[in-house]
Amino acid sequence: MNTQHRDNSEPRASTCANTTAKPRIAIFSLTGCEGCSLAILELEDQLLDLLGHVDIVNFREGMTEREWDIDIGFVDGAVSTPEDEKEIRHLREHCKTLVAIGACACLGGINTLKNHQTPEDYRRYVYGERFAWFPTTDARPISAVVKVDYELPGCPMNKFEFLRFVQCALAGRAFRLPDYAVCVECKKLGNVCLYEKGIVCLGPMIRAGCDAICPTFGSKCEGCRGVLSDEALRAARINMQEQYDVPIDEVLRDLRLYGAYQKAELP
Amino acid sequence: MRNVTIDVKHVTRIEGHGNIRVRVRDAEITSLQLAIVESPRFFESFLRGRRWDEAPHITCRICGICSVGHTTASVKAVEAACGIDVTDQTVLLRKLMLFGEHIQSHVLHLYFLAVPDFFGVGSVIPLAKSHPEVVKRALRMKKLANDVCGVVGGRHIHPIAMHVGGFSHVPPPEALIDLKRRLETARADVAETVSLFSTLQVPVLHRETEYVALSDLPDKASKHEDTGARREYALYDGRIVSTMDDESNGAGIDPQDYRQRVIESVVEHSSAKHCRSPNAPSYAVGALARFNNNHVQLHPAAQKAAADLGLAAPCNNPFHNNTAQLVETVHCMESAIELIDLILARGLHAEPPVQPTKFGRGVGAAEVPRGLLFHEYTIGDDGHITDVNLIIPTGQNLANIEADLRALVPKLLDAGLGKEEMTLKLEMLVRAYDPCISCATHFLDVSWE
Repeated sequence: MNTQHRDNSEPRASTCANTTAKPRIAIFSLTGCEGCSLAILELEDQLLDLLGHVDIVNFREGMTEREWDIDIGFVDGAVSTPEDEKEIRHLREHCKTLVAIGACACLGGINTLKNHQTPEDYRRYVYGERFAWFPTTDARPISAVVKVDYELPGCPMNKFEFLRFVQCALAGRAFRLPDYAVCVECKKLGNVCLYEKGIVCLGPMIRAGCDAICPTFGSKCEGCRGVLSDEALRAARINMQEQYDVPIDEVLRDLRLYGAYQKAELP
Repeated sequence: MRNVTIDVKHVTRIEGHGNIRVRVRDAEITSLQLAIVESPRFFESFLRGRRWDEAPHITCRICGICSVGHTTASVKAVEAACGIDVTDQTVLLRKLMLFGEHIQSHVLHLYFLAVPDFFGVGSVIPLAKSHPEVVKRALRMKKLANDVCGVVGGRHIHPIAMHVGGFSHVPPPEALIDLKRRLETARADVAETVSLFSTLQVPVLHRETEYVALSDLPDKASKHEDTGARREYALYDGRIVSTMDDESNGAGIDPQDYRQRVIESVVEHSSAKHCRSPNAPSYAVGALARFNNNHVQLHPAAQKAAADLGLAAPCNNPFHNNTAQLVETVHCMESAIELIDLILARGLHAEPPVQPTKFGRGVGAAEVPRGLLFHEYTIGDDGHITDVNLIIPTGQNLANIEADLRALVPKLLDAGLGKEEMTLKLEMLVRAYDPCISCATHFLDVSWE
């Protein structure tokens, strides 16, 4: 990890080929709650150390300065308006590496619930006759509009997974998300399976990396990290129906909550 | 300077996307807007059709900063609609979560968003080098507040264990004892924070306006049935009161009747609706509004902090909302310590969630960091939500912020400030309200004017 400091005012290679330069990081928000940006600020124990290794050059929620020569851009929120679409294309141009953070950026997130209603209906219900003043589109993951280099899913994203990503980026190591289901983490923690308590949980089909935090606190997995794979979905379906007689409609409803199904084939 | 045009695109160091547009011609304001350009979110629309128990985990996603506040208002609204009376233990744990959220949100705003203005820097990042002790203290306090929410609710951003009818997990007593010890240790950090803020020059703007808050004051709520429970500085519960209340409505209004109090309208420059009250064209909610209505119920340590910071009720300088946030931080830290003692003395037990006894309409109100929040749901006989209205603190403040900006501009012109200094002061005023724009961009139930 590079610890050499370099004055901000010095010119730097636009390709960041100079290995002594600190990566220039930026954080942006599209349609969402900005909770994933906030999660970065909740790395209280690591934040000062982090600031020693990267330069944050553009973060509207936290700073006045706004620069556009960006090595890694983190974006939370979904693409949900014509303005978002313009914005994400603009960000793609300015960020050498683009990272989608959180369920909204990776899957469309909670915003996709509106996609199941007609645009006129959901707009009129909130803004009445003046609904046309506020343009909107279906909520989509960022990858539906531009190329995304990495995704850090979750609602909110797991701040420690973010940290691991930054560590990998600084060290030039490959970053991969866990390729197993939430159940694996849940079992490791010794939690009693929620199915044994009669609660339908999405853990068997959802990508791990959250430390099974919801089941650990007594709540079902709501699928915010997205479906692991079509195979996991099929296997979970067999298990749910044969062992626990789960109403599949209920599961599909739950899979809609954060758009977890976005990149999977629903049964 | 008789002509000036200020156009701040995306005011920084606030939550969400807002623009300030001011146009002055011949020393007269010809137009002034705080434009809310945040994407509309449509939570009210897509809650329709979801099951009663799903509302809190959906609506907490309105906002990452105040997700505990949204969860609180949401569980209360569903419980009112479903005839659910939760246990005392549930209420106490929820109050502890709310203290945690107020501390974390106020500390975040004071140190990360507001303080850089007073040090003449663009963010907290340069302060990490020039004033590392200040930044480390801020991080310690914020982490402690997050941990209060984490221990009780699983995490601060989008809490997990807080459900309609109760908690799905109760904290182990050791974790609460540890929190209490850390809160006691943090008194030194709080004292340092008060002394830091007592040295900052708070800009001056006095403008009469109405301050609205929940209140548990005996005199304000004389018709309120006295349950014998200790009355307190209202955050979790109370009746709606205002600094413009007179004898006739001194008892305040039941939050179930909030529509008598809040009149909403759609304006073209804002995807967040504006609000006014029956008494005034605009009103303020938030820390200063709570302070102005309920200051006598603050913890003695918080009252002392207010005196040290020169804050006295009634205060009509909006820049002092920051000061009131700090006073509340003291209150919430001390109250959290006392509350943990009470919870430990009662003993904690796993409790099954209380189930609905009916389905109907219900309102949940709570004081969240930025002010008074309402969730209203109507739930059909099949247990699915049919109607939703959300009234967000920042939405209630927007008209008041614009009125303040309008009052501030002539003063800045008179003082002969340049465009850049003017812009900074206008941004500071917006920031003093700690607006939360993601929250504010989804209201329902339009009143046409």
